[in-house]
Amino acid sequence: MNEVTKIDGIGSSVRRTEDKKFLTGKGRYTDDINKPGQVQAYFLRSDVAHAEIKSIDTKAAQSAPGVVGVFTGSDIAADKIGGPICGWVVPCRDGSSTKEPPHPLLAQGKVRFVGDAVAVVVAETMEQAKSAAELIDVDYNELTPVVDFVNADKGAQIHEEVPNNCYFDWELGDESATNKAIESAAKVVKLSVRNNRLVPNAMEPRSALAEYDSLDESYTLHTTSQNPHLTRLVLAAFMFAIPESKLRVIAPDVGGGFGSKIYVYIEEAVCVWASKKIGRPVKWTADRTQAFLTDCHGRDHVNDVQLALDDNNKIIGLRVDTVCNLGAYLSAFSVVVPTILHGTLLSGQYDIPAIYTNVKGMATNTVNVDAYRGAGRPEATYLLERTMETAAKEVGMDPAEFRRINFIPKDAFPYQTQVALQYDIGDYEPHLDKAMEMIDYSNFEKRRAEAAKRGMYRGIGMSSYIEACGLAPSAVVGALGGRVGQWESASVRVNPTGTISVFTGSHSHGQGHATTFAQIVADKLGIPMENVEVIHGDTDKTPFGMGSYGSRSLASGGSAISKAVDKIINKSKKIAAHLLEASEDDIDFKDGKFVVGGTDKEKAFGEIALAAYVPHNYPLETLEPGLEENAFYDPTNFVFPSGTHIAEVEIDPATGVVEVVDWAACDDFGNLVNPMIVEGQVHGGIAQGIGQALLEDAHYDENGQLLTASYMDYCMPRADDLPSFKVGYTNTPCTHNDLGVKGCGEAGAIASPPALINAVIDALSPLGVTDMSMPATPQKVWKAIQESQSVAAE
Amino acid sequence: MGEISLKLNGKLETKDVADNTLLIDFIREHVGLTGTHVGCDTSQCGACVIHLDGVSVKACTMLAKQAEGSEIVTIEGLADGDELHPMQQAFHENHGLQCGFCTPGMVMSAVEMVTKNKNISEDEIRKGLEGNICRCTGYHNIVQSVKAGAAKMGG
Repeated sequence: MNEVTKIDGIGSSVRRTEDKKFLTGKGRYTDDINKPGQVQAYFLRSDVAHAEIKSIDTKAAQSAPGVVGVFTGSDIAADKIGGPICGWVVPCRDGSSTKEPPHPLLAQGKVRFVGDAVAVVVAETMEQAKSAAELIDVDYNELTPVVDFVNADKGAQIHEEVPNNCYFDWELGDESATNKAIESAAKVVKLSVRNNRLVPNAMEPRSALAEYDSLDESYTLHTTSQNPHLTRLVLAAFMFAIPESKLRVIAPDVGGGFGSKIYVYIEEAVCVWASKKIGRPVKWTADRTQAFLTDCHGRDHVNDVQLALDDNNKIIGLRVDTVCNLGAYLSAFSVVVPTILHGTLLSGQYDIPAIYTNVKGMATNTVNVDAYRGAGRPEATYLLERTMETAAKEVGMDPAEFRRINFIPKDAFPYQTQVALQYDIGDYEPHLDKAMEMIDYSNFEKRRAEAAKRGMYRGIGMSSYIEACGLAPSAVVGALGGRVGQWESASVRVNPTGTISVFTGSHSHGQGHATTFAQIVADKLGIPMENVEVIHGDTDKTPFGMGSYGSRSLASGGSAISKAVDKIINKSKKIAAHLLEASEDDIDFKDGKFVVGGTDKEKAFGEIALAAYVPHNYPLETLEPGLEENAFYDPTNFVFPSGTHIAEVEIDPATGVVEVVDWAACDDFGNLVNPMIVEGQVHGGIAQGIGQALLEDAHYDENGQLLTASYMDYCMPRADDLPSFKVGYTNTPCTHNDLGVKGCGEAGAIASPPALINAVIDALSPLGVTDMSMPATPQKVWKAIQESQSVAAE
Repeated sequence: MGEISLKLNGKLETKDVADNTLLIDFIREHVGLTGTHVGCDTSQCGACVIHLDGVSVKACTMLAKQAEGSEIVTIEGLADGDELHPMQQAFHENHGLQCGFCTPGMVMSAVEMVTKNKNISEDEIRKGLEGNICRCTGYHNIVQSVKAGAAKMGG
C-alpha cells in the first residue's frame, strides 16, 4: 500500500498544504485574534504552595486605572459555576473509587500550589490588569507544603476528600502468580527508577478569548485546545449548565500541544464567565512563567521493578510497584495516564507469563500532572527497557540477544498479554535487526576503542518499545473507568463541482492533518489533492469529535474519514448506475471514474457530484439528492506501534557532557500515509525523549516553589544539543482498520529515554557505573565518573 | 507617551505609544502584524526574531523607542509577493515546520545567518539556531531546511 501509485496519494511524501500561511506569518493563533471592545484578564496567583486564605482585599484594585472588574472565588461560587472534572477514574484495591476533590475555578478558602489562581483582574490593558493585581491584599495562613510525593501519605492533608493524600491505589495483573514466579526464579533482577517530572512546553503559550452575545445569550470561545468539542462539552454541561448550542468553541491554529492542551483549564472558564459579567470580550494569554506554573506537567513516577528469569534467561514474571505524583488537583486524564496507559503496557514486546503492578497516585502541593507526549507509555517503557538492559548485563548476555529470546514470536499474534491488552499484530525481530544495521551495531566495539584513544567514553544503548494508541474502543474505555467515548467523526461533503470539504472531529496543532487527511480522500476518490479541503477546530462547523491526543488522529480520525468516503462511493455508484442505465452491481469505481464493467460507458466523479446537486436526471424516488456523508468510527482495538531505537553517545570525562553522536530508529507504524510527516513526528518525539534523558527536569524546592520556571532554568533541547536522526521502518499493517495504520506521534518520546540512558551507562560501564537517573546532566555524569575513580583508587 | 516612526516591511509606521512599549508589542498590538510571536519572557525562545536594519534581533528584548527611524523586516515582509523567499521555500520543501509557532523566528534567524555565511556548515547552523527553540521538529528538518535554503540563496 505504501507504493506511490499517484503523486499525492497514500504513501507519498506530499509537501504540506498548511505550510504557506505559517511561513508567511499568516497563521492565526488565539493571541493573534482581537475583538472590538476587548479587555484583558490577569490572574493573581498564589505565591505559597499550601495555605488557608484568611482574607482577600480587592478594594484598591477595583478602583485602579483601567480596571473593569476584580473577582474572587466567592463571585464564582455565587454564580454556581463548577470546576474542571476528571474524565477517567479507576477502582482502588480496597474497593473504593478514585477520590475526586473539587477544583474551583478561583481558590475557595485554600490554595494548593504556587500558581493556584486566587483572583482575576479584568482591565483595559494587560499592563493595567497586572498593576492592579499587585494592589490585592491576600492574607494567608501558611500550612506545611507536601512536595515529596513518595512520602506524601505522611504529609499534611491537602484535600478533605483525599485521606493520606492518596487519590487512588490501583492494581492490575495476578499478584500471587507473579510473586510465585519471583520466588521460584533462577534470578531476580531488581531496579528502582525515577521518571523525572517534565513541562510539556508547547511553544505557543495557552490563551483564551471569550465573548458573550447578549442578543442570543450565547458565548464564543477561541482557545488553545487539542479538542474543542470536549472543551465545549465540559464547559457547557459541567461548569456553566448551559446547552452546548449556546457555546461555540474555536481552536484556531494551535502552536503545539503534546498533551498539555487537552484539558479545560480554569482560565478558559473564567474568561467565558467574565465575558458575560462584564459584557465585553475577555482575553487572557499566559506568559511563559505562568505556563511553567500552571500548564499540567508530565511523568513524575518512581517505580520499583522485579524481573524474574528462569535458567535459560527467559522472563517468567514481572512486578512493578509505582508511586506517582498527580499534583494539587485531579486533571482530566491524570488518573488514566499512570494506570491504564502505563500498567497495561508492562508486557512490552515480551512474552511474560505473569505480571502484577500496583500504582499509588498521590496529591502534592505542585501543579497538576497529566498527559505529556506518550502519557504513561514512556514511563512503562523506561522502567522495562532499563530493566531489560540491566538484566542482560547481569546475566552476561548481549542486550539485543536477551531481548530477542524474550520477544513475543511473530506467529503468536494476536497475543493476549497478562495486563489486559491483546496485541493484534507485530513482528519485533525485523526492527531490532534493521536498527542494529542502521547504526552498525556489530562494529561498535571498534568505535568504543577509537573513542577511548581520544580519552572519551563511548556507549551504545537500545530500547525496544511498544505502545497502545489510536484511542480507543469505547466499550473497553468504559469498562476501564473512562467517562467518554473514544470514537472519531468525519463529515465528507462533496460540493457540486466535485471539490470536497472534509470536516473532522480531530484537531491539528502541528501534525499536518490538512495534508494527510486530504491524501486519504484524494487517493480513495482518485481526484487531485488540491480539490480536498480539511476543516477542523470549530464546534459550529465540525461534527462532535474527540480531538487529537494519544496518537489517535490517523488511526481513529483517518478511519472515520475513510468510512465516510466509502459511503460517498456507495451512493455515487447508485447515481452512476442510474445515469449509465446499468445495474449498480455492474458499476466499478476506479481512478475517479464509475465504469460499467466490460464496457466503455463511464461517468467521472465530477459528473456524479453535479448530478447529485442538479438532479434533473436522477432517481429521486429512491435516492436523496446531494452528496454528503457522516461517519463515526469506533475502533475495535487499540493500535500497537512498536520499534527499536538505538542511541550512541560519547562522554567527555573532563566535563561530564554527554554528546549524542548517532541515533537509529526503526519503527513499525503499519502503513504510512505521508512518510515525510511521519518522519517529522519521529524526530520531534526523539528530541523530547533526549530532553527528558539529558536536560529537562521540573524541580520544586521543599517549600513547593518551582525553581525551574523559565527557559533560563528549565533546559529545553536546542539545535546544538541534538544529532541528526536515522529513521527507518518495518510494516505489519494494523489488522482492524481499513487503512492498516497505527500511530506515530508519541513513539519517539516513548522509545528514546531508556535507549539513551542505557547508552550512557554502557559508556561508563568500564568505570563500574551501573545506574544513572534522568536527566543525565553533565554534573551528575561528572560526579559518577569522579566517584567511580575514587572507588577504584581506594 | 511619544510618537515613534519606523519603516516596517517597507511601509512607514508612525504610532503614539507609551515609552515602555516593547518593539514586539509595537509590531503585534499597535501595527497589527501578528506573524511575529511571543513564546517566552526571558529572551530565550526566539519566536519574536525580526530583522532590524538587516540584523536579526529579538523584538521582545528592545523598546520600540530604540527602533525609532530603523528599517524593520518581519516574516510578513520576507516573501516577494506570492513568491516565497528561498528560505521559506526550503522550509516548505524540507518539512522544517510543524505547528508553525516558532517558524517565523526560525526563518528570520536562518536568513540572517545564511546572508552572513553562505557556505554554512551543519555544525554552524546548529550553533546559530541556539537562540531559537522548537518543540515539534527535533531540529533535524530545520537544519536540512537551512542547508537547502543556503544553497538556494547562492551558497
